Amino acid sequence: MYVAVKGGEQAIDNAHRLLAEERRGNPEQQEISVAQISGQLALAVDRVMAEGSLYDRELAALAIKQARGDMIEAIFLLRAYRTTLPRFGYSEPLRSDRMQVRRRVSATFKDLPGGQLLGPTFDYTHRLLDMTLLDDGEPSAQPAAERVGESSDGPLPRVVDLLNDEGLIETETPADERDVGDLTRESLTFPAGRDLRLQNLARADEGFLLGLGYSTQRGYGNNHPFAGEIRMGEVAVEFVPEELGFPIEIGEITVTECQMINQFQGSEQAPPQFTRGYGLVFGQSERKAMSMALVDRALRASELGEEAENPAQDEEFVLYHSDNVQATGFVEHLKLPHYVDFQSELTVLRRLRADFETASGPVPEAAE
Amino acid sequence: MTETPLLQATALTRMYGKRVGCRDVSFDLWPGEVLGVVGESGSGKTTLLNCLSAQLEPSGGEILYTRRDGRQVDIFALSEGERRLLLRTEWGLVRQNPRDGLRMAVSAGANVGERLMAVGARHYGDIRGQARHWLTELEIDAERIDDLPRNFSGGMQQRLQIARNLVTSPRLVFMDEPTGGLDVSVQARLLDLIRRLTRDLGLACIIVTHDLGVVRMLSHRLLVMRGGEVVEAGLTDQVLDDPQHPYSQMLVSSILPV
Amino acid sequence: MNAPTSAKSLAMPAETKSAETKPAEAKPRQEAGYNYAYLDEQTKRSIRRALLKAVAIPGYQVPFGSREMPMPYGWGTGGVQVTASVLGPDDTLKVIDQGADDTTNAVSIRRFFAKTAGVKTTTRTEEASVIQTRHRIPETPLKAGQIVVFQVPIPEPLRWLEASEAETRKMHALEEYGVMHVKLYEDVARFGRISVAYDYPVKVDGRYIMRPSPIPKFDNPKLDRSPALMLFGAGREQRIYAVPPYTEVRSLDFEDHPFEVESWPRCCALCGAKDSFLDEIIVDDQGGRQFVCSDTDYCEARRAAGHRGPA
Repeated sequence: MYVAVKGGEQAIDNAHRLLAEERRGNPEQQEISVAQISGQLALAVDRVMAEGSLYDRELAALAIKQARGDMIEAIFLLRAYRTTLPRFGYSEPLRSDRMQVRRRVSATFKDLPGGQLLGPTFDYTHRLLDMTLLDDGEPSAQPAAERVGESSDGPLPRVVDLLNDEGLIETETPADERDVGDLTRESLTFPAGRDLRLQNLARADEGFLLGLGYSTQRGYGNNHPFAGEIRMGEVAVEFVPEELGFPIEIGEITVTECQMINQFQGSEQAPPQFTRGYGLVFGQSERKAMSMALVDRALRASELGEEAENPAQDEEFVLYHSDNVQATGFVEHLKLPHYVDFQSELTVLRRLRADFETASGPVPEAAE
Repeated sequence: MTETPLLQATALTRMYGKRVGCRDVSFDLWPGEVLGVVGESGSGKTTLLNCLSAQLEPSGGEILYTRRDGRQVDIFALSEGERRLLLRTEWGLVRQNPRDGLRMAVSAGANVGERLMAVGARHYGDIRGQARHWLTELEIDAERIDDLPRNFSGGMQQRLQIARNLVTSPRLVFMDEPTGGLDVSVQARLLDLIRRLTRDLGLACIIVTHDLGVVRMLSHRLLVMRGGEVVEAGLTDQVLDDPQHPYSQMLVSSILPV
Repeated sequence: MNAPTSAKSLAMPAETKSAETKPAEAKPRQEAGYNYAYLDEQTKRSIRRALLKAVAIPGYQVPFGSREMPMPYGWGTGGVQVTASVLGPDDTLKVIDQGADDTTNAVSIRRFFAKTAGVKTTTRTEEASVIQTRHRIPETPLKAGQIVVFQVPIPEPLRWLEASEAETRKMHALEEYGVMHVKLYEDVARFGRISVAYDYPVKVDGRYIMRPSPIPKFDNPKLDRSPALMLFGAGREQRIYAVPPYTEVRSLDFEDHPFEVESWPRCCALCGAKDSFLDEIIVDDQGGRQFVCSDTDYCEARRAAGHRGPA
């Protein structure tokens, strides 16, 4: 007896060895390379970068490999690495209007300057398993994709900016003069500004946002949304080194941006106009960008004087529960030993049972 | 002590943007006095009540309250902590829907005892004794002390809400349509009970309602509101029997046939 | 209150606390490639500032910029960050989970610090200068100069009564705690006694209501006027709070239903202790049970001193 609490060290070592074996899988098969993951499971890499809040394809691919394809575990690995990185400054705001666009669609206008650009999308594919991919070799020969017009020749104007010229949509104004907040450095307090909300949503679990966004469409806080524009492509990251004093381009990243346009009845202060919900995600993920934009708009309910009665409109509810690394840790911590607490509950329960059996009901008043 | 009014509202105004909530309302309320505020929905009576009970900051004007210690204080000059303390000691607030004023997930006894515990009562037996006392006062069977309010009828829930307020012996109780949503027979019994309690306890009370029957039975004085303003004020009998303002006349005549 | 002393030991965690090192494990080398105790110095400094504030306002929850740690949230990230911030090279660290040094999560955290800070570790309560714990306070009385670091899952005592953080902060600020007793009242009304078994709410220094973390209420009296400094870290919830040495910690109760702790009709099967928290162990598939000390160090020390239980 008394084995229950002994042998922890050895058990951990053994478990980790087993894990390493399982990760490798059948040693007869060739080991998957990080480059393969990065190149061929690119959307998985995008998700890990987005929710891991670190734009590094190679490390994200490594995390996926190490995590055996468990996305949240991979995100966690990347986050834990990210914490240790020194921070030497903040970039200039991204100019998505200068994006080298690879995909751009608008649901609100049939045609618009620059046109609709379908790009690499699952939309309109028929979801039929392609058995030719079963073979390890190259897929059966297909004519090469038309590369002409694959990306925009120059910057494309943003749909919301076109509406803005007419004054039909609210103007985005920077919240205030303060620096943009950073919730990986300071604890979240409420009410959170829109900067912190957007940061939280950009890091949030895709599935959680998808469910919340979906709920707003089904009557739990309807926004009457229109997908004003979704664009995906490359934007330059600019940074102002202190010694130079002007911005220099330090790289290029792929992002997906979504601008939702929503009805608004107006208030005493503001005339009826369209309002915005905004989504921006690392890599290519329309699902996440669109969900984020829906939830961002829903969270603006109080600011716009709307009733905020639904989950997606509740700032504390959304921001406190959106992070999958936090959520998975706390849910899974239930498998840690709790036997001291359980013992305490047992003791109390036995006493309550004893009381019940002697009194056959709550303790009578007189006994108090 | 009766030299100063219990509550003194001066030029009280509350705007919602450009829309008027209530405007330029002034009155004095004396200890033990019951003041009725009547008007149709949208007349500003609920806005006025929310301002008076310190739940809504007015855009202008002043509310002075004379505390138990004799000091007259400006309600909105107090700190939030002092205001909230006042609300759960010297004041009471009875909401139209008892669900908004009760903790539905805890027993009737805990609902009544909460205010006592909030001000430091730490003797379970005493708290329970007080709870029994106030349940009985409000004509609720003390045997139901451990039942959840959700198992009570609407009239009982409303009486429980009143008991919960009275346990700290408040001097001023705000009531927002206290009989709204109740059956007529239940209403009559509740009104009777409120009248007895205000009289026996010397409670001052501000009752907002659209029901002239309620104010006729309970209130000493009356404010008639329309469009956010008080159009007529006076003794209840006087206003109801001989209304001066055309709107009061209309209001009274529309209710009399009932 | 002894805040200045504890503040000093916070700011200078490196002071030597124990000369005797024999049973402590040999001091391992520090892991290359990481900063001392994993976190960068700026982060540790910001956490120490939060700790100083926490010590200055006993029981008050100080928000802090919790970092993402290489272990999951809910597994002690708050405690680990606090320990990392107060741990000096001359410290001796003890880590327990459920009172035991050898439970897997305790092992994992102890290894983490052995690796990243190269500190000495020990299982002996009296040798440790810093004790990180989950769910227990050691049975061996704590001494002045020792720091206990608690892992906290949910720091807010009012959370189950009020879901909104904005509102609970206001309730703390205004000392509006009536609703805490409503919960206790309900227990007595329903069960005839207060049925909270662990994480039993306390009032610290007559002011703030605090969750002592999920320790059994058996351990609550050990918090009261303890000579050791008690630090609480909640990583996921980004809060730090503290009980400075010799601070009054009262468990909430009613005058006519006073706070009481668990007791067992039996002693530890191994060491015969009657004064320790006992874990129940199922020893066969007929449901046979044995009760043994949850604090493994306490139990071993007693057995080493010749005490024996009925087993």
